[in-house]
Amino acid sequence: MAAPRLIVIGAGPAGVRAAEALVQAGLRPTVIDEGRRDGGQIYRRQPENFSRPYAQLYGSEAAKAQALHHAFDTLKPRLDYRPETLAWSISGGALHVIRDGRAQALPYDALLICSGATDRLLPLPGWNRAGCYSLGAAQIALKAQACAIGHRVAFVGTGPLLYLVASQYLKAGASLAAVIDTSPAAPAAALPGLLARPALLLRGLGLIARLRRAGVPLLRGATPLRVEGDADNGADALVVRDASGRERRFSCDAVAMGYHLRAETQLADLARCDFRFDDASRQWLPAIDEDGRASANGIYLAGDGARILGADGAEAAGRLAALAALHDLGLQPGAGRYAAEHKALRARLAKMERFRRGLALAFPWPQAQAAALPDEAVVCRCETITAGELRRCATELGGSELNRAKAFSRVGMGRCQGRYCGHAGAEIVAAACNAPVQQVGRLRGQAPVKPLPLDVEVVQ
Amino acid sequence: MSAPPSATPIAAAPETLRADVIVVGGGLVGASAAFFLRRRGLSVILLERGLVGQQASGTNFGNVRRQGRALAQLPLAARARDIWGQLPELLGEDAEFLDSGHLRVCYSEAQAEDFARYAIDAQPYGLKLEVMGAAELRRRYGLFGPEVLAGSLSAVDGHANPRLAGPAFGRGARRAGATVLEHTEVLRVEREGGDFLVHTQTHPAGDEGPRCRAPQLLVSTGAWGNRIAAAFGEPVPIVAHGPQMGVTEPLPYAIGPAIGVTTKNVAEGMYFRQVKRGNIVFGGGPKGPAYADRLRAYVEPANTLNQLQQLRRLAPALGGLQLIRTWSGIEGYLQDSKPVLGPSGKVDGLYYAFGFCGEGFAIGPGIGDSMAELIATGQTSTPYPDSHIGRFAAPAESAAA
Repeated sequence: MAAPRLIVIGAGPAGVRAAEALVQAGLRPTVIDEGRRDGGQIYRRQPENFSRPYAQLYGSEAAKAQALHHAFDTLKPRLDYRPETLAWSISGGALHVIRDGRAQALPYDALLICSGATDRLLPLPGWNRAGCYSLGAAQIALKAQACAIGHRVAFVGTGPLLYLVASQYLKAGASLAAVIDTSPAAPAAALPGLLARPALLLRGLGLIARLRRAGVPLLRGATPLRVEGDADNGADALVVRDASGRERRFSCDAVAMGYHLRAETQLADLARCDFRFDDASRQWLPAIDEDGRASANGIYLAGDGARILGADGAEAAGRLAALAALHDLGLQPGAGRYAAEHKALRARLAKMERFRRGLALAFPWPQAQAAALPDEAVVCRCETITAGELRRCATELGGSELNRAKAFSRVGMGRCQGRYCGHAGAEIVAAACNAPVQQVGRLRGQAPVKPLPLDVEVVQ
Repeated sequence: MSAPPSATPIAAAPETLRADVIVVGGGLVGASAAFFLRRRGLSVILLERGLVGQQASGTNFGNVRRQGRALAQLPLAARARDIWGQLPELLGEDAEFLDSGHLRVCYSEAQAEDFARYAIDAQPYGLKLEVMGAAELRRRYGLFGPEVLAGSLSAVDGHANPRLAGPAFGRGARRAGATVLEHTEVLRVEREGGDFLVHTQTHPAGDEGPRCRAPQLLVSTGAWGNRIAAAFGEPVPIVAHGPQMGVTEPLPYAIGPAIGVTTKNVAEGMYFRQVKRGNIVFGGGPKGPAYADRLRAYVEPANTLNQLQQLRRLAPALGGLQLIRTWSGIEGYLQDSKPVLGPSGKVDGLYYAFGFCGEGFAIGPGIGDSMAELIATGQTSTPYPDSHIGRFAAPAESAAA
């Protein structure tokens, strides 16, 4: 029998641990990763000629980052590792990839999609000015290139990453204009969930305390109003309304924004997996079972691309999904490992799922702010479409379903394919039509996952 | 005709709506038929399972092309072209129709000769074509690769936005007084006292929908056309295929006409157009899988890769662009590549307009208009040669008929 073909997409915490489980089972999996080096977003490795120590790069997570990198370095000789490779479509049991302008189809017996997450963004008047970045991008500038996005940075959004990146900027010596959180103080209902991972909760509280001690203005329950500036110089201030209703202006030359994370689900969509609306995070997620099996045959999902459980959860989910794939293919010794480990791994993930729900309560996606965006705010940056135009298409033209609204308005039709604007667009359409957001549907994923050069060369 | 402005409920539950004509299927053809029927004063109910203009009408390339069609279809195509040019007056919006021309090009001498012959043959139909050689093509457009040998320009054809055209006719029909019911699927059609009685179901709830009653029924249900036709004893061997479409990132608007390669080699049959926004929309080559029963159609990645290669061959400068999205749709095809158009061969008051084999968009509004004429007056000034459903009847049966 030919060697089973297993492909892992992503070399972050989930992908690395999935690949590790496959190698331990005696296989030589293919690992596809968009990044130049392994580690994913959270444990992004700096370029080879940079020499910052782990503690400086990853702080409290240094040991985990180092362990993951070490694990991958050890695996590498036993992998078909393809960095800087985009998985752009899936069809007929083959993954379609492109690397260096060369396209190839890779047939698989099992496909482990560990595609991670990106920032969940909320439009804001002026967010299309130069100097506005996502929190993730602000962090990448720091981690990969040791650069800040500006001299004086305002942070706005909600979720753990808001405080983490702000703290990292503080530590790196950047000047912080303010940290603006749209969530009010966490409700009591969030506490049981958050206490599922007390160490993580404490670390988060520590970050906030450090920002406070440094004298950074820290607002909770605020409403971002606009990014001010001009076409020549980009952003020069972030204006918000604080919880007491007072308008406040923070001078800055850069804004980092993000509202927790959104799962990167286009590959699962192209693999024709079923999706479910997740009430906790108000986003559509691929349906998976306890082990990470998707509805489509041979497709397994792990990490933040399936559920936003963070890096620790991704490591556990990656291993579990890989063992489940080995079990399903009837491959020893992996199937035996699955029998031995799956209960404990599931229990770990269940705890992290409780924490995820606690986080979602503590840092809710501010859907009301999305719905209330002023008409003149640009929602879709790629196509420069305003909230007002989207509302007109949703109501006057009858675009009350999200793909219909997209067809009429072009929101979500540009380079990002709705990855930046889709969630806010859905809230705007739902509010304009007075419908629950899950009823307006979700933007269908269409290949290519990211733009594909026309001068691609096809290799067999 | 003193018809009521819209369908009126008659007594007893479940609700029964009554009209002069029921149109089943709200694609570009059905929606424009409903619109033009209202303009002729007939009351209309338009039943659409999903949303108006959502299937093939909304996912196709958007060509508004006359040249290259069978000569006998040119009067109908001309009728449609006139309507495309009148959209602002008819509907209050233009569906992004650009009368920027349609240019056919080719890679073979034999095809170049065909261009010249077709240009002469099309003249009596009022279609003016300008045939040019490679040097002239390059001088005018500066776009084409070295293999392009000749071109044929129809200066007053063009292209429009399929996502907008069908829904615009749907809204127009509604404004004109038609009863347009979306999310309403036809379950079955009965004959009752010379009328058609249509039983429906509403989506997504799956509840029983209104019953609709009319003496005339138009079936414009695209790839699903066989359902009602077969129920009336006129089965049609229709199959579904998915066009393979793609669009690039935008670049400054510069390319006027919609451009297509005419060839007998399916793999090299590319076409593209630049929209005002600047993106290049393209299609062509082998079709992809389409599943009419599941309402899904897919783009095969291998087809996309072939298209990109063919696009570079056709217009090498496009090689510097990036593809941002692909999509497909569900189109109905017949073996003889001709649609099913005109009255039923068996049932009085029943009409068909479906199965356009990937070529329905350009003539869609003309079909709607001429169907309205046919239903209202019993004849049409732009007939449908070789398109009658009777061609699929069993030989013995057709001999008897």
